[in-house]
Amino acid sequence: MSMTYLEAIREAQYEALRTHPSVFLYGQDIAAFGGAFKATKNLSKEFPGRVFDAPISEDAMVGLAVGAAIEGARPIIEMQFADFSTCGFNQIVNQAATLYWRTNTSCPITIRLPSGGTAGSGPFHSQSMESLYAHYPGLVILTPATVEDAYWMLLDAVELDDPVIFCEHKFLYYHLKADQIGERTLPIGKARIVRPGRHATVVTYSAMVHESIRAAEELQKDGYQIEVVDLRSVKPMDTDTILASVARTGRILCVGEAFPWGGVTAEVIARVSSEAFHLLDAPPMRLNAKDTPIPYHPNLWKSHRPTSSSIGDALRRLLRY
Amino acid sequence: MAQCVTAFKSMLQARLLEEKLASLYRAGGRIVGGVYIGKGQEAFSAGLAVHLEKGKDVYGPLIRDQAGRLAFGEPLLDTFRTYLGVITGPMRGRDGNVHRGRPREGMPAMISHLGSLLSVVNGMLFARRLQGRLGDSVGATSLGEGGTSTGAFHEALNQAAIEKLPVIIAIANNQFSYSTPNSRQFACGDLLDRARGYGVQGYAVDGTDLTACVSVFSEAVKRARAGGGPQLVVGSLLRLSGHGEHDDSSYIPDQVKSSPLGQDCLPYAESQLKASDLITDEEVRKWKDEFLMEIDAALAQASKEPTPDPFRENWRALSTAGLVEGQFEA
Ligand SMILES: Cc1ncc(C[n+]2csc(CCOP(=O)(O)OP(=O)(O)O)c2C)c(N)n1
Repeated sequence: MSMTYLEAIREAQYEALRTHPSVFLYGQDIAAFGGAFKATKNLSKEFPGRVFDAPISEDAMVGLAVGAAIEGARPIIEMQFADFSTCGFNQIVNQAATLYWRTNTSCPITIRLPSGGTAGSGPFHSQSMESLYAHYPGLVILTPATVEDAYWMLLDAVELDDPVIFCEHKFLYYHLKADQIGERTLPIGKARIVRPGRHATVVTYSAMVHESIRAAEELQKDGYQIEVVDLRSVKPMDTDTILASVARTGRILCVGEAFPWGGVTAEVIARVSSEAFHLLDAPPMRLNAKDTPIPYHPNLWKSHRPTSSSIGDALRRLLRY
Repeated sequence: MAQCVTAFKSMLQARLLEEKLASLYRAGGRIVGGVYIGKGQEAFSAGLAVHLEKGKDVYGPLIRDQAGRLAFGEPLLDTFRTYLGVITGPMRGRDGNVHRGRPREGMPAMISHLGSLLSVVNGMLFARRLQGRLGDSVGATSLGEGGTSTGAFHEALNQAAIEKLPVIIAIANNQFSYSTPNSRQFACGDLLDRARGYGVQGYAVDGTDLTACVSVFSEAVKRARAGGGPQLVVGSLLRLSGHGEHDDSSYIPDQVKSSPLGQDCLPYAESQLKASDLITDEEVRKWKDEFLMEIDAALAQASKEPTPDPFRENWRALSTAGLVEGQFEA
């Protein structure tokens, strides 16, 4: 039986509801309708009284989750699109993220963000918000790239006593399939080397893992062996695995789908530059989306975000240095 | 009414406590940051909180709720410990002044962002109902009229109404939001429109009149306990201080100060309760002496306690120690 990335997210929520009586789901159109992407399909039937439609009030949705967490609940909030989480930004970064530090009260909430671009989605249904949230202390930011990670990391998120921003990529929802969900492998906070190599390292996460693997396969034809590291969680960031990979290859390209100013890729490059400067054979590179809003038309969108071909081009420049 | 006497005592205690805080602020040195007091708003604040039961109900106080906090049962020491930032207090020097609470004991600690506390109180009640332990407990929180202009407030009020949560929202309309007069804050004729707009029961009360406040909140709390959903109470009054002790409130015109809104609720309550033979001069004197002694003792106690040490601070914003970068043991 094969399962898509989206189905894995539904199954993880099913499992969370089944095993943790303190879990409930709150989000727009998620009850009888099953959610805009059907990530909660049938869950309101299977768990009556635990899946709730929310008004279009992202601020109040997150505020309610924090209050519920104070009382021992473990809410999962679905943002209809990651983009709309900006309307709940204050509650996320100031209420949820500070609760433990200020009051010694843990805040076990999970906020699911259907993230990233798909063709034709335009400026307000395509954003990648991980860098924005990672900037704030008190949040854990997960960016699963595989079906198994989508499943296990969502369950991990629910079990964590801290607020988790779960960035699930919409581009992977239907395309990505796995034959089965195996055992839990890596814990939160550990990166995975998805493809070993020795000429250069690509550090990336979420949908860009797959673009990077395709680029690495292309370069393989020219005899280059590219190591691809999937961060899995961007915060905490597994610096050790990144540095170990750079030690092997001497070259690093960091790829992210978010906007280019600052952010996860800049953080990776900053860490590598300050902690492993002596290991580098070439200036570290980063590749992000362009510094404009995300365009609607596929012709523009394909050039706006990194793709296997732009990643391949960047890698060739890196290797030529 | 016994509750009026209880509320009055909290008002008196709060007034004396805040006078002490204000004088510490003026003297400089001991209090880090600002001091924010609720002078003139004690009747409205305590008038709500006397109806709540600590250990059972949720109370999310805001900036001008020292009287309500005392009526609810917040220890006096929490105030001083938080203002002085000592590590024995609930905020351990990590947050200060009015940003204090004990969430697990039904008292969430406000963040600065106005309007954002109501949905948290909603969530506490929502979870209790889900867990089957709401019973007839209620939640209560307050906000200034300025705070009702936030989107967060509107979202949360609507949310409370949809979920029919037993929450009492006290809106202290003190005519000015910092320096901004109501004419620049809202254009509806009456803040009770905020309640009507969301299908919520609304009440108006003279916020300078303790017995009126106690009785309106008594009704509102009773209805919320009985399943009547959110109750919004608007009190008209004036803040008889600056926004904080740094502010001389010179923007409040004299004719507003001398209007009925500017009536000081504390002496008025005292005269009301005396006229009804509920309290005597002698009792008031005795309470004052007791409160002053308690306040001095609490201040002396908190002053002896350790302030935070950056070398002992764990600098950890996550409760899961293993996920803090650079720190892998608990
Ligand atoms: C969202 C937000 N914006 C701005 C501020 C800064 N601020 C703090 S108190 C205040 C005035 C509040 O007025 P009101 O809600 O009427 O309460 P009052 O101070 O009169 O009791 C402002 C603007 C804030 N705390 N939160």
